[in-house]
Amino acid sequence: MSRSGGSLPARADGGAGIARACEATALCSAAAPKAAVSSRAVPRGAVPVGTSRMNYIFHFGDMWNARDEFIAGTLMTLRLSALAMVASLAIAILGALARTSGPKPLGLIVAAYVEIIRNTPFLVQIFMIFFGLPTVGLRLDADEGALIALILNGSAYTIEIVRAGIEAIGHGQVEGAMALGLHRLQTFRLVVLPQALRIIVPPLGSQFILLMLNSSVCAAISADELTSAALDIQGRTFRAFEAFIVAAAIYFVLSLLFSTLFAGIERLAFGKKVTR
Amino acid sequence: MRSLNTGDLFYLLLAARWTVLLSLIAFAGGGAVGLGIALLRVSQARLPRWFAIGFIRVFQGTPLLLQLFLVFFGGDMIGIPLGAWLSVVLGLSLNAGAFLGEIWRGAIQSVPNGQIEAARALGLHYGARMLRVVFPQAMRIAIPPTVGFLVNLIKSTSLAAIIGFVELTRAGQQLNNATFRPFVIFGLVALVYFVMCWPLTIAASRLEKRLALAYKR
Repeated sequence: MSRSGGSLPARADGGAGIARACEATALCSAAAPKAAVSSRAVPRGAVPVGTSRMNYIFHFGDMWNARDEFIAGTLMTLRLSALAMVASLAIAILGALARTSGPKPLGLIVAAYVEIIRNTPFLVQIFMIFFGLPTVGLRLDADEGALIALILNGSAYTIEIVRAGIEAIGHGQVEGAMALGLHRLQTFRLVVLPQALRIIVPPLGSQFILLMLNSSVCAAISADELTSAALDIQGRTFRAFEAFIVAAAIYFVLSLLFSTLFAGIERLAFGKKVTR
Repeated sequence: MRSLNTGDLFYLLLAARWTVLLSLIAFAGGGAVGLGIALLRVSQARLPRWFAIGFIRVFQGTPLLLQLFLVFFGGDMIGIPLGAWLSVVLGLSLNAGAFLGEIWRGAIQSVPNGQIEAARALGLHYGARMLRVVFPQAMRIAIPPTVGFLVNLIKSTSLAAIIGFVELTRAGQQLNNATFRPFVIFGLVALVYFVMCWPLTIAASRLEKRLALAYKR
């Protein structure tokens, strides 16, 4: 199941991307004769057919051999998440400003966008973008489709975070600053921004982790990220359980790492009195 | 390739029944798991508490898709082939259990300690204390985020499509493969999800506002 060979036909007939992702699952789950050969449960043919398979022997050798693919997948996951986060933060700042202090029709459009994205599944959004955009002449590869989907999805959630931060600052604060003789830029820089950041930054950290975990769904269109890598590896080695455990462990370590990192950043930036 | 017809629309709507059913069953299963996890999480004993913390961390720190894959293949591996439907139900229930457990833990812990001490002083044992004193008070706080989580759960059921279970999203894929009208088909699929989720979103934010108002006084 070579990656380059797999992604071309995926674009040609629309559904093959997902079919390819499921091909591997079907391979290991469906027919009994196939399964017996596949060694998914009975390593090296040690246990006769029909006996209990409880004595599964983990075999991580193939996983170690596939470490380069895991690493490449992890890097792609990180790259997709980081790019999507930065882009959606930029969109979110504009969107939140439009929502709070822009003209009314624009605010309504942003609100509708946020509601539509937040009330439909990410998987459907990915399909819409990956299969839909090529029909209007925008050719995408799987990674580009995944990135666009992650940005569109992530910015809806980020808009709400930024908006909540801006709205949490009372009018009195701004009026007070004006009364003290600060001009507009000073008011924003010295009064509004420090308080808003305090409210915005903690949920942004969780949003990044959610986005990273969510990016696994991009495996449905065979983007080159970690979950796709695990699917490819299990399709080749028939070691489904091991491949998914390794991938899950990598995601787990990443999310622990980032939550520790963000907590540290918050402590450095805002002192210890961070209220969540 | 063929064109879309009204039969296809019915096919989508019929598949949507599976999405609803899956959401309801996963919510019931997740509720049971979540209640257990929340109680373990607030327990005085260290071991159950650590177990609950670990459970929540693992399920919140890994992608749901991989959890579903692991249940799907894990069942096979230990000799109980679950099939797509049961794997998705089990996987979603465990995942929902972790999230609901965390939500309900917060609600339980928001009940002032004095209430529990008073209940204990009145001679109520653990069951009665929880059932008659803690839960009724925790419920008020728990309901808005629980309704909000239901939206997430409905959206999560779409991942069943990747395992191969035919619910709304998978039905959309099948139609798209046959007719190749992605914008129309996935637009309709998204619309059905939206119709299911939006009322819940609105309800959750209204409940939240009402609760916030009650605490302002």
